[in-house]
Amino acid sequence: MPVNGILSGVHFMNGDEACAEGAIAAGCRLFAGYPITPQSEIAERMSYRLPQVGGVFIQMEDEIASMAAVLGGAWGGMKAMSATSGPGFSLMMENLGLGMMTETPCVVINIQRGGPSTGLPTLVGQADMMQARWGSHGDYGVIALSPSSPQEAFELTIRAFNLAETYRLPVFVMSDEMVGHMYERVVIDPERIETVERRKPAKPPEKFLLYEPGPDLVPQGMPLFGDGYRVHITGLTHDERGYPVIDAETQNRTVTRLKEKIAHNAAQIISYEERDLDSADIVIITYGIAARTSLGALELARKQGLKVGMLRLTTVWPLPTTKIIELAERIAGFVVPEINLGQVVLEVERVVAGKVPVRCVPHAGGDIHQPEQILHAIEEVLKDAA
Amino acid sequence: MPLKAKELPAPEILRAESHPMKRYLRTDRLPHIWCSACGLGTALSCFVYALDEMQLDLDDVGVVSGIGCTGRVAGYVNLDSYHTTHGRAIPFASGLKVAKPKKKVIVFSGDGDLFAIGGNHFIHAARRNIDITVICVNNFTYGMTGGQFGPTTPLGSRGTTAPYGNYENPFNLPYVAASCGAVYVARWTSLHARRLKEAMVEAIAKPGFTFVEIISPCPTNYGRRNRLGEGIDELRYYAEKSVIRHGANPKDADLYPGSEILIGKFVELERPTFLEVYEERVMKKNSGR
Ligand code: SF4
Repeated sequence: MPVNGILSGVHFMNGDEACAEGAIAAGCRLFAGYPITPQSEIAERMSYRLPQVGGVFIQMEDEIASMAAVLGGAWGGMKAMSATSGPGFSLMMENLGLGMMTETPCVVINIQRGGPSTGLPTLVGQADMMQARWGSHGDYGVIALSPSSPQEAFELTIRAFNLAETYRLPVFVMSDEMVGHMYERVVIDPERIETVERRKPAKPPEKFLLYEPGPDLVPQGMPLFGDGYRVHITGLTHDERGYPVIDAETQNRTVTRLKEKIAHNAAQIISYEERDLDSADIVIITYGIAARTSLGALELARKQGLKVGMLRLTTVWPLPTTKIIELAERIAGFVVPEINLGQVVLEVERVVAGKVPVRCVPHAGGDIHQPEQILHAIEEVLKDAA
Repeated sequence: MPLKAKELPAPEILRAESHPMKRYLRTDRLPHIWCSACGLGTALSCFVYALDEMQLDLDDVGVVSGIGCTGRVAGYVNLDSYHTTHGRAIPFASGLKVAKPKKKVIVFSGDGDLFAIGGNHFIHAARRNIDITVICVNNFTYGMTGGQFGPTTPLGSRGTTAPYGNYENPFNLPYVAASCGAVYVARWTSLHARRLKEAMVEAIAKPGFTFVEIISPCPTNYGRRNRLGEGIDELRYYAEKSVIRHGANPKDADLYPGSEILIGKFVELERPTFLEVYEERVMKKNSGR
């Protein structure tokens, strides 16, 4: 039974539904979206659940409008989100850029399917990871989380809302069709759920600057529509007042901070699960559904006496670079399985910088890896390292 | 009988230290970027006079703009103001409105922004009857980018991408708005400042999706390329060609080069708003949970 609107107890639900319940638990009260496979269960659940908690579900005319409405709702004071998949994610990119530029807290869930274009509407993919990183034009820092199970979809959606409020930006939950449609046990204890509420402006209107950063490089509080602060927000390059200033110096100051506020707070943002790293010669770096198959590969390898560990990224962006560098100093190599033709692996390679071999285990999408494919890659890396 | 150009009354010149509507403007952002004789200044002053007449608490009013010359309105009003992406002011405003249902949300943008790149959002917001006011400054061109033809450019008129004259059929904006479900539709020109202000007052006061079109000169681009003379000449043209007909069928409001300009209040009707229907049909089913 819901307690204060939050579902509680033990449930059997899929990853999409778990995202919706996580959003409700985090305090999301506006969902603006457009139907697309394989995320529709999120929209459907939100259309049913939001009215129960006094929220609004609005089905927009497309994903461009959905993203715009989410930003408007956020400036109106709501915790707001949208959910989509590949083609819709592409349509959201321009307004995601507006969200980054205006430092608007909100959440976007991408239940990834095979691409490019219409690709594989009903089948799994993880090929939007670089789009999440770089998809809108211009420079900015991003946060992207990736769940491997419905339970984690619930938890990471809450975390996404908390990170959005803390660091003032649209935060991505990069799930996938397989986790989205997988039914598993989801245990919800409302007592243990922590939420972060929107920071109010620290100063009265006459002293307040909309984008004046605190020591954490994040603007100090967000005045909402009607709070009396008479905010002006714009996607144009702006100064601390929020007023457009079209010059190189302001561009440097504003845009560098958008990137740096994530880098500066990376230690608080980064999250991962370690498995058998202490005794590992080879480390699998993976995320989302690919981590489930990787676990099978890890077990097969251990049975053969191969010392394999796993670094499962629950925050993919920013990447835990310090951890990866530390591992690169003492292990024989990395294996990076992902359901794309090599995306996160590019960043791993950059960080490892040739110290040890890094091998991608690509998959074009439509299915998950076989554990044997990953095991084979592990054996190859061991051979290279020997 | 429309006034002949030479009969136009001479304006009364007010002398003051500062603008009488100063409290509605971000004076630290002035002077504005608009060209002299552009209709946008008139559109903005009608808007602030409308707000003044309505005596609204200014914390209860938000302005959302898209991109373009008109898109800059959001930057000059001393209100919560949101300068969004090209064409997306309406869906942003929709989110803002559902988050703060008691406040007034006004979209101020141009013809290209609202009806080309943003056309889909316009028709669906009107269909939903989301409770916002859309004020469209229609100058028949993309001014900010240098005078390309747009979705309202009359057939045969020139633009920088229509050097041989526009070869596309334009939208008749009041007709589009009315047929998509807007509950208030009016068209005025920037010459009809007092009536325009009254239309803004009515549109802002009325619940539901309300629409005001302002026919407005762009002497720098549209006017120059079509040899319409100075800004004042365009106003003279409006004086000559405008025909006020309240309650006219918006279907008859097509504009051609040289045609009459049908202006007035075309639509005023009652229809429950998006949030009223949501409350009635959705929220009430969940009360007591
Ligand atoms: S380009 Fe045209 S619309 Fe833009 S400010 Fe100048 S006159 Fe006005």
